[in-house]
Amino acid sequence: MKPVILWSDALIFLLVAALVLFFWRLRRDPQTRDRWRQVFASRLGMAAFTVILAYVGVALLDSLHFRRALPPPDGVSTGEVFYDNQVSSVLDTLTAGMGERFERTYSAPFALRSFEKQTLKDEAGNTVRDFPPLRHAGAQLADPTEKWADVVRRSAPALGGGLALAVLLILPQWWLLRGSSLPWASSWLVQGILACTAVWLVSISRHYHVLGTDLGGADVLYQSLKGVRTGVLIGALSTLIMLPIAVTLGVCAGYFKGWVDDAVQYLYTTLSSIPGILLIAAAVLLFQVYIDLNPDAFPTGLEKADAKFIALCFILGVTSWSTLCRLIRAETLKISQLGYVQAAHAFGVSHGRILLRHILPNTVHIILITFVLDFSALVLAEAVLSYIGVGVDPSMGSWGNMINGARSELSREPAIWWTLSGAFLFMFLLVLSANLFADLVRDAFDPRTRLGPEAA
Amino acid sequence: MFAYIIRRLLYAIPILIGVNLLTFVLFFVVNSPDDMAVSQLGAKYVTPEAIENWKAKNGYDKPLFYNAGADGLETVTETIFFAKSVRLFAFDFGRSESGRDISTDVRRRMGPSLAVVLPTFLVGIGVNICVALMVVMFHASRLDRAAVIVFVALMSISYLFYIIGGQYLVAKTWRLVPISGFLSGAEVWKFLLLPVLVGVVAGIGAGARWYRTLFLEEANQDYVRTARAKGCSELAVLFRHILPNALIPILTGVVVLVPMLFMGSLLIESFFGIPGLGSYMLDAINAQDFAIVRSMVFIGSILYIVGLILTDISYTWADPRVRLS
Repeated sequence: MKPVILWSDALIFLLVAALVLFFWRLRRDPQTRDRWRQVFASRLGMAAFTVILAYVGVALLDSLHFRRALPPPDGVSTGEVFYDNQVSSVLDTLTAGMGERFERTYSAPFALRSFEKQTLKDEAGNTVRDFPPLRHAGAQLADPTEKWADVVRRSAPALGGGLALAVLLILPQWWLLRGSSLPWASSWLVQGILACTAVWLVSISRHYHVLGTDLGGADVLYQSLKGVRTGVLIGALSTLIMLPIAVTLGVCAGYFKGWVDDAVQYLYTTLSSIPGILLIAAAVLLFQVYIDLNPDAFPTGLEKADAKFIALCFILGVTSWSTLCRLIRAETLKISQLGYVQAAHAFGVSHGRILLRHILPNTVHIILITFVLDFSALVLAEAVLSYIGVGVDPSMGSWGNMINGARSELSREPAIWWTLSGAFLFMFLLVLSANLFADLVRDAFDPRTRLGPEAA
Repeated sequence: MFAYIIRRLLYAIPILIGVNLLTFVLFFVVNSPDDMAVSQLGAKYVTPEAIENWKAKNGYDKPLFYNAGADGLETVTETIFFAKSVRLFAFDFGRSESGRDISTDVRRRMGPSLAVVLPTFLVGIGVNICVALMVVMFHASRLDRAAVIVFVALMSISYLFYIIGGQYLVAKTWRLVPISGFLSGAEVWKFLLLPVLVGVVAGIGAGARWYRTLFLEEANQDYVRTARAKGCSELAVLFRHILPNALIPILTGVVVLVPMLFMGSLLIESFFGIPGLGSYMLDAINAQDFAIVRSMVFIGSILYIVGLILTDISYTWADPRVRLS
């Protein structure tokens, strides 16, 4: 096994490490602790946070990439080890080959036969047009009518395994958090449901395509799972990438005033007056041209897709940058009039120190609120951008690409609804939990922030 | 007031120059005319002559910023920057890469765009205010809490789902209206019904939630308590006291969006086959027709600035305490 580290993998782990470090340092601050307690005191907040964590977990598992070592070719016994060209992730291993069971084309959820007719030869050698049986669904069945009984029979041990996993997950938490007054029970309930569903899905999809297959015959459930990484990363990385620029410029504009303020204001008014979708489209198209002209910089298709993805995150960050910058500038203007900043001036503290020690920490709540509020909007935007054709690379699994590929298939007879349903369902769950959580965070940290209808 | 507007308009000029420079850098410096020729011609037909021919045909055979070969004023005017970017200020958009006149196209496509977006906008505001008022009437009850969660859930559904679901349900299953298309006659309402419906429904979650917070902010004011104390009925409080006062923030929040209506709606237009400005942009992006994209960026930024100025004016109009200076 040989690990492969993509740029986006490195960035997402960096982000998670930064967040953990941030909360570790904040844990001693009584005011912040109180506010977080307020967020988690609500059962809804606890449940939403658990769902978000589950999504982030899947995304992280899918970000651990490696290339499998291949068995040495026959008759060759060099010390050299050969690696698979295909890059896999830990998630691929955990889902037990769900992504490797391809069919020819569309098939409905739990179907045993393909969606489209094909010319076949029956036992007598005659040519008939019929729906061919699927390669990887229900092969163990002697009689197709026993399908549902078989599903039920297989569900029982799977759910048992899920419950065992849930108990393993929850017991240590219960032991550690005995005295806590927060509603952990709702988190455990969600964890239990998620664990059972996950184990059930993985074990049933060994024998059936739970959400059917798409045009290329790939398992829709697997594709939806692959979309999790893209969705989570685009929501998190876009904000991360633009954060340093927005914060630096916003704080400087509010603190130094004068020409610095004018320049920063000019910059963000100019950028925000360009219609976002056109700026994104232009930048993505230009980056595509750059990749086409410099093929040497990105040797593999995966690296190409990854570079495109990071460019997309960057440009999404640039378009959403002005709101945060404006908010931070206003807050800094307010703070720099306060007594303790004036006192710091009087003591002769340098500008850099005042900015770092006295002003920046007091704008953290704005950064936090923007981060959680933007997250869901960015996940939704990804789908729209992929539809327009300026989203993530088609080779990279994403909900937007799934929707884009299947949007006209509802008009077929019978309609092909499962690809769309899979993508929309996974996206909806993530965005809903993120929105609910964002609401609670905003209420706790800054009840007065108000956003217009266009912000959503 | 008048002086203020003049000053704001003057302030818009450097911003427009900035937008222009930025798009110019994006389109011509990062992506040089040679690259454009290569991608338009296709890799198969690339020869140095073909590139020169393409550049000459489309007017890209000049220097970017400064023409040392010309004399007098022409050192500046005989450049790509002057020919392609500065002329936008005179609303002279030139021709698209496929040879059509952009100004004519924009004028022709504005009508269908407005025919969809304007009803969506107006009906949407009406529906959202009604829903929000109903929820505010039951404030702090179980119904209110449930409604907020429903709003958040509606917000969390992708816009694409509303469109695809609407087309499937209303047009395909119930066969009430055509799935997509557009007419220029009186029969056009058939084609507009579904896009408007989808647009309104998709906006309820975010819109009604926003109006609810605005109403609640007013409901906590002292004058509302006074009105209740003097014996006003709940309905009178809601409609005579809360609603008119909440209209001020609603108006100022909504006015900024009005000019942008001219840009049409990208997704609705492309899904429903409406020949408006939104689908124009989308087609231009897909065909990599940068002349159109550049013009639309310019129009969009003008409309954005107009929106900001209108917002300031609407403040004074809705609230006489505000004075612009």
